[in-house]
Amino acid sequence: MDLTNYNNRDISKDYRYVKVDPIPKTPWEKFKRVVKRTFSCELFVGLWIVFREMIKFNIHTVQYPAEKIPISPRYRAIHKLLRLMESGNERCIGCGLCEKICIANCIRMDTKIDENNRKAVTEYTINFGRCIFCGYCAEVCPELAIVHGGEYENASEQRAHFALKEDMLTPIDIFKAGKQKEFPGFGALSKNADENVKKTPLAY
Amino acid sequence: MCATTGFIIETVIKLLVILLVFSALAGFATYIERKVLAFMQRRLGPMNVGPYGILQVLADGIKLFSKEDIVPQNSVKPIFKIAPVIAAASAFTAMAAIPFLPEFTIFGHTIQPIVADINVGVLYVLGVMAVGMYAPLLSGMASSNKWSLLGAARTVIQFLSFEVVTGLSIIAPLMMVGSLSLIDINDYQAGGMQNWLIWSQPVAFILFLLSGYAETNRTPFDLLEHEAEIVSGYATEYSGMRWGLFFIGEYANMFTVAFLVSIIFLGGYNPWGFIPGGVAILLKVAFFIFLFLWVRAAWPHVRPDQLMWLFWKVLMPVAVVNILITGLLLM
Repeated sequence: MDLTNYNNRDISKDYRYVKVDPIPKTPWEKFKRVVKRTFSCELFVGLWIVFREMIKFNIHTVQYPAEKIPISPRYRAIHKLLRLMESGNERCIGCGLCEKICIANCIRMDTKIDENNRKAVTEYTINFGRCIFCGYCAEVCPELAIVHGGEYENASEQRAHFALKEDMLTPIDIFKAGKQKEFPGFGALSKNADENVKKTPLAY
Repeated sequence: MCATTGFIIETVIKLLVILLVFSALAGFATYIERKVLAFMQRRLGPMNVGPYGILQVLADGIKLFSKEDIVPQNSVKPIFKIAPVIAAASAFTAMAAIPFLPEFTIFGHTIQPIVADINVGVLYVLGVMAVGMYAPLLSGMASSNKWSLLGAARTVIQFLSFEVVTGLSIIAPLMMVGSLSLIDINDYQAGGMQNWLIWSQPVAFILFLLSGYAETNRTPFDLLEHEAEIVSGYATEYSGMRWGLFFIGEYANMFTVAFLVSIIFLGGYNPWGFIPGGVAILLKVAFFIFLFLWVRAAWPHVRPDQLMWLFWKVLMPVAVVNILITGLLLM
């Protein structure tokens, strides 16, 4: 998606100054202003502008449920848990940093030592009744495992929907189809991250 | 006896037709208003109920009828209940003296599309429309609500301001015509566009149009229910069909003013070139209704003091001078 509209926030090139007449003080000046405004047909300028817009029919309405505008890929909506590119295992290593940094205290996780003596995450839930979508969890995650997605339509029959590990984790079939996308937003690596990494000299 | 019975039946049918047609038109005008305003503000307006939202009127009607009828605890209940009826009733009563279309023949029976051709037609219409101002006044004072009370106070100042200009501005064309009957005024302008009174009375036309906007509480003079300042003015406490009656009254008044201006200044239902008279007056009325919406989309409200300034210090002297000049020229 093209991000120029999101990145370019400098609108000052469209600024222009409007000439404002001095405020009349004496009754005669006030009278002159009334006469000038009456006979320069300022009211009809207003009429013409709205009529021109009606004829141009340049409608900006987005008929929401039927059509949606694309949101920024950096948007912070419902979280996602990503999988490792190579193996398809979960990225989450159960370090618990997201649980600690969460300022709304809404992340809970259970971990265990699995049969390979690795730490595995058994449960991972986010209480979306409390989550403020600040993005700290995505920023702090050392493995880029928990990120924000673009799912902003979170009306549901159950409060717990979207919030469990199996809801957030990329489904394995979607992962195998190569449809898991990296999150470019908060906490993600920049595009030139490789250039910025200094190689550790062997001499140490 | 038979003639009298026929006359009564004919009048009742006319009354019913006017009541039904203008109630339906009032509903439809809300749809048109929302659409036109939306287009002028680069929106789409109602789109979801029916194709292009055309059934929105029906949905709104069902909503109004099925809403709970709330009468506030501390209100003066009889007055609170009767005020919306005054709004709608006076708006429809004013239509009795308006000839809507030229004479036409149906089943070999010539029909004048006017309920009562009284010889003081203009006075009657303006008088009954002015009675309609009792509705916002009474409802605002009976509602026991600050915003309603402010709306009622504004009703009074608006009424005192515009009614003088309405009367004075209409005198000049009436002096030329020499009759108060709207049919006579219409016939006076027969014979083509050059005979329209707007060419000989342009100032009176503008004055009457302006005070018509004040009379119908339309936007530049929309003080009584100025949403941004006094919530909904006199109608703040109303809901359901009581509020709907205010609404129907307002739109019926719009149609009355549009018909009045078309008949008095724009040649009424005289044939306009190749356009037959009945179509001509409907075109003119449609234009003035569109003008009501157009102005609402374009212009801001005025303040109450600006309204009084405009009507008392500007428009009333202009109207008096207009009468004087017309009188001198007629002599």
